[in-house]
Amino acid sequence: MNDREIDETKKLLQQALQPQREAELHRDLWPDLLQRLDQHPVQVPWWDWALLAGAIALFCVFPGTIPALLYHL
Amino acid sequence: MDLLARFAAGDLDAFESLFRQYQREVFCWIMRIVRNRATAEDLTVEAFWRAHRAHARFEAATGNFGGWLRRIATNVAIDHLRRSRTEVALPDDLPAIVPLPLQEQTELRRQIDDAIGKLSRNLRSAVLLALVEEEPYEEIASALGISVNAVKIRVFRGVRILRKELAKLGAHT
Repeated sequence: MNDREIDETKKLLQQALQPQREAELHRDLWPDLLQRLDQHPVQVPWWDWALLAGAIALFCVFPGTIPALLYHL
Repeated sequence: MDLLARFAAGDLDAFESLFRQYQREVFCWIMRIVRNRATAEDLTVEAFWRAHRAHARFEAATGNFGGWLRRIATNVAIDHLRRSRTEVALPDDLPAIVPLPLQEQTELRRQIDDAIGKLSRNLRSAVLLALVEEEPYEEIASALGISVNAVKIRVFRGVRILRKELAKLGAHT
């Protein structure tokens, strides 16, 4: 494939799809965002909990890792 | 404390100021990727919500808030494309740049819609931004968090797939 074919495809796409550069936002989205913030207060992601659970399990099975971890902190 | 530092510290008023400053820009950027007004509005809210959640990770002293936000917005838009890959249809109210006879235009749009639907979300966003929106490769690379060469490769691969799909559908490529 060469530049000519890319240009041809570009022209074809632009014949069918209008560029959205001038798209206007018709309303203020702040109220929507406030509502979203109220619905979903900042939460700890699930993988953080999973990591914590994994670390606790590790410490239970291998208590010797606790001083090693503290040493490296 | 300046606005960005206050935002990074979790100040809601600072966040609102930044929101008002950037909401149009973020909306326009997402619109270029998802090409649907209602979806772009929802995803703009989602992008700012994610930015708010991540405020503590924003480096106010050295940070480029606009660039950081654009990367979040790009990820939000691409996540949306991934979720709705099988059902994304381009809206009907997009007029052609070069007027074609109505039936031909509708047919061409349907074929292009089908062909674009075959692209992965990463290829689709690169192709739309580079070829339809004519965004500079540097801008796309920055928004996607990849190199300029990687953008060129995605566009190249996307065009190759599009041409193959359009040829299958009988469009003139």
